[in-house]
Amino acid sequence: MGEMKVNLCGIELDNPIIPASGTFGYGYEFAELYDINILGTFSFKGTTKDARFGNPTPRIAECEAGMINAVGLQNPGVEKVISEELPKLAKCFDKKVMANVSGFSVEDYAYTCEKLDKCEQVGWLEVNVSCPNVHGGGMSFGTSPEAAAEVTRAVKAVTTKPVLIKLSPNVTDIVSIAKACEDAGADGISLINTLLGMRIDLRTKKPVIANKMGGFSGSAIFPVAVRMVYQVANAVKIPVVGMGGVSRAEDVIELMLAGATAVEVGAANLVDPFACRDIINDLPRVMDKYGIKSLNDIIGGAK
Amino acid sequence: MKQGLFDIIENTALTDNVMKMVLAGDTSDITRPGQFINIKLDGLYLRRPISVCDRDGKTVTIIYKVVGRGTEQMREMQSGSLDVLTGLGNGYDTSVSGDKALLIGGGVGVPPLYMLAKELIAKGVQVSVILGFNTASEVFYEKEFEALGATVTVTTVDGTKGVKGFVTAAMENADYSYFYTCGPEPMLKAVYNASRTSGQFSFEERMGCGFGACMGCSCKTLYGNKRICKDGPVLVKEEIIWEK
Repeated sequence: MGEMKVNLCGIELDNPIIPASGTFGYGYEFAELYDINILGTFSFKGTTKDARFGNPTPRIAECEAGMINAVGLQNPGVEKVISEELPKLAKCFDKKVMANVSGFSVEDYAYTCEKLDKCEQVGWLEVNVSCPNVHGGGMSFGTSPEAAAEVTRAVKAVTTKPVLIKLSPNVTDIVSIAKACEDAGADGISLINTLLGMRIDLRTKKPVIANKMGGFSGSAIFPVAVRMVYQVANAVKIPVVGMGGVSRAEDVIELMLAGATAVEVGAANLVDPFACRDIINDLPRVMDKYGIKSLNDIIGGAK
Repeated sequence: MKQGLFDIIENTALTDNVMKMVLAGDTSDITRPGQFINIKLDGLYLRRPISVCDRDGKTVTIIYKVVGRGTEQMREMQSGSLDVLTGLGNGYDTSVSGDKALLIGGGVGVPPLYMLAKELIAKGVQVSVILGFNTASEVFYEKEFEALGATVTVTTVDGTKGVKGFVTAAMENADYSYFYTCGPEPMLKAVYNASRTSGQFSFEERMGCGFGACMGCSCKTLYGNKRICKDGPVLVKEEIIWEK
């Protein structure tokens, strides 16, 4: 069997598969379905300084080969995540978890990251500067190199763990933003978050989603992910975590060839709760089929 | 929750646009009335959540209204198998019904009340059912509820069958210790206001996953935020906040 281990910012992963934030809760609910210790790790639900209910419903719209969500960072707030969610997770997950963090100001990001950085269970901080579903924050930090760098510097100043900055695809020049994060001290880049999208109901003649627009994800966006991972991986020296429409083992290989060190799986978990388990189980077969002995060897292999 | 392949063994029309489908497979995870299943259909990204009307050891019965691409596709299926997630949602709690339960269903909110009535009657509870529809041609399952031993009142908005008006018209003189309801949200709100006892409400919302992962169908309650798919779809009267 081929070697699936990869190293993400100094922490070894048994395999590169990481359920993406917002599609896996705080993990323990999927642990009722299968042993989540088979995962490389997972990125937990986007966490903010204060508790948030998020946007009004409907928050979900279906698309061809994908879906739009406008959840709006519903989460119990960092204090409760640390006091309630992480202890529940500890009972079913022995590995380091990736802490996904969002905010509405540079101070918010720093505050939440500093708290989570002290948690032993946390291996990496994934700083989301790309949520399309909240106003006055989120994506606005990820659409300019200066703002993204400012968040990066503020988080790095108060943390010790590897910091990955999660970028938005809703920009004209992804490379300049990724490089600004690298220059500001980021240990890795993860991308892509969802693409801003919208659906309209022909019957009501109104937007399907209460918030009107939302983040488009699912297999339809996979080619955009491949392109952006390729562009960024060829421009920075730090590791890139690739995501966007991954639903099968072949997609994982493709994103790694584009330059991803590890691969997150998002919307696929919502359609098939066993998606990550099945991808991990299928990876050896696909590696074999394409003559791949070690996944580590193929990272950025497509030139 | 379980994932399994289910064989279509029946798919017949109950009215112009309401279908009954019987699926054979592993039903062991369907433990309470009011739960739902989530069906994967070819070419459509999200699953279709549909409430359970009845189940036995080998089959599950669902009743669905044809409203869009997914249900149109389902209507055409006469055989084959479907990828289905079962055992979703909290379902109704039958332990608190007292001795006289009133079940109030509107349109395709009627089906989950069938398994509920069956279980309540099996426990010796006296069950009265109010089935609300717009017009006589939309009425279904009246005889099936009667066959269980329930007292059935049909209401139609246009008065073409049974009591004229909304379900609340039939609630006024009903004698009950507890109630259970499922239907469109305006109906649920009317039932809430007309009811004289505690009760349980089954809600509907656009879902992403249907099993609690995506937070797509959250609502606020007096007991905190809940996910309609996982912490619901059944909420108790005392916790509901009407927002819409």
